[in-house]
Amino acid sequence: MFDWLQSISDYLVFNAFGLSRDSHLAEAIHFFIYDSIKILLLLFVVVFIMGIINSYFPIERVRNYLTSRRLYGLEYLMASLFGTVTPFCSCSSVPLFIGFVSGGIPLGVTFSFLITSPLVNEVAVGLFIGLFGFKTTLIYVVSGVLLGTLAGIILQAFGLEKYLTPWVKEILAKAQKEQTTFIQEQQDFKQRLPVIWHEAIKIIKGILPYLLIGIAVGGLMHGYVPEGFFEKYMGKDNWFAVPVSTLLAVPMYSNASGILPVVQVLVAKGIPLGTAIAFMMGVVGLSLPEAMLLKKVMTWKLIAIFFGTVTVCIIISGYLFNLIL
Amino acid sequence: MEIKILGTGCPNCLALEKRVRQVVDKNNVEADITLVKDIMDIMSYNVMSTPALVIDEEVKVRGRVPKEEEILQLLVK
Repeated sequence: MFDWLQSISDYLVFNAFGLSRDSHLAEAIHFFIYDSIKILLLLFVVVFIMGIINSYFPIERVRNYLTSRRLYGLEYLMASLFGTVTPFCSCSSVPLFIGFVSGGIPLGVTFSFLITSPLVNEVAVGLFIGLFGFKTTLIYVVSGVLLGTLAGIILQAFGLEKYLTPWVKEILAKAQKEQTTFIQEQQDFKQRLPVIWHEAIKIIKGILPYLLIGIAVGGLMHGYVPEGFFEKYMGKDNWFAVPVSTLLAVPMYSNASGILPVVQVLVAKGIPLGTAIAFMMGVVGLSLPEAMLLKKVMTWKLIAIFFGTVTVCIIISGYLFNLIL
Repeated sequence: MEIKILGTGCPNCLALEKRVRQVVDKNNVEADITLVKDIMDIMSYNVMSTPALVIDEEVKVRGRVPKEEEILQLLVK
C-alpha cells in the first residue's frame, strides 16, 4: 500500500541527501520522512470519514436514541459504541453530561459514553493505524469499547448519584424521558462536504506540531537505541511495568499525538504491546483538563472514583494483552 | 434579528462570538447578540456540542465555529 512512499523516502535519503545506507542518521531521517507522510495521510482519511459519520449522527441524535429506546442492558454497549464515532472535545463534556442525565439516561451509561468518546477518537485511531497497523488498531478499538461498557456497568453498580454536585442532583430529580425532537440540519452531502473538509484540516493542523516532534524523537530513537534495549527493564515478566506506565500516562493529554510515535518506537525496541496499549489508553482516555471540567458536575470524590475505576480497567487490560498477544 | 451564541465559555465559544460580531458589524446587520452561558438555558435548545449558533430561536450550527461566509449566509437568509 505504501511502496511508492518507501521509494520516495529511499530516493530522498540515499540519493538526494546522499547518505550511506548503514548510517544511523540515514535511518533516522528515512523513518521521519516515511512515517510523517504515511501517518498524515492515514490520519486525514480517518478524521475525514469520522467527520462524515458525525455530520449525519450528531450527539443530540445519540441522546434521543438512548432515551427513547428500551435496550435491556445493551445500553452500556450502545453508549460505548456511540462514543467511538463522536469526536470528543473536553469543553463539551459538561453540556454532554447534563444532556444525558437530564434525559433520564442512567449515570453508568453516561459514564460508558464519557469513557469511550475520548479513548477511541478519530485522531487516536488514525495515529494507531499509521503507527501500528490495522490489526493492533482493531484490538485497541474493541478493547476500548469493552472497557467503556464494563466500567460503566461497574460505576452504575456503585450508586454514585449522591456524589454529584447539588444542582446536578436537582436536574436528576426532574429528569424525564422526554422526547425532544431533533431537527437535522437540512443539507445535502454537497453542502456538508466543505464543512467536513475544513474541520478535518483544522484538526490535523492543531496536532501537526506535536505529531512532527513526536515522529522526530521517535526517528532519533529508532536510529540510535539498540534493538531490545527496553526488554531488560520493561519486559513481560516485570509485573509493575503496566501499572507504572498507566499511572504515568493519566495526567498527559494535549501531547497525545506527540507521544504515540515515541511509544511505537518503544514497542519496536522491546516494550510489550500490552504495556504500551495501557500507557496509550491512559494518555488518550483520561486527562487532568477533563477532570477540572467535570468538577462542575461532580464532587472530587466522584471524579476520583471515576478515574480510579477506569485506571484499574486499563491496567487489567494491559495485563490481559501481555498475556494473550 | 436575535442572535444567541450558546457556550460554556470555552475558547471556541468565544471565537464564535467574536466572529459573529465581526460579520454583523461588517455587513450592517440589524441584530442583538447575546452569549448564553447558563448550562440549563443551553440545554433548553437541545444542544450538547458547544458552541452553537441560534438565530431567531432556531439552532443553525452546533459543535463548530463556521467561517465568516457561512455565518453571513445564515444571517441574510
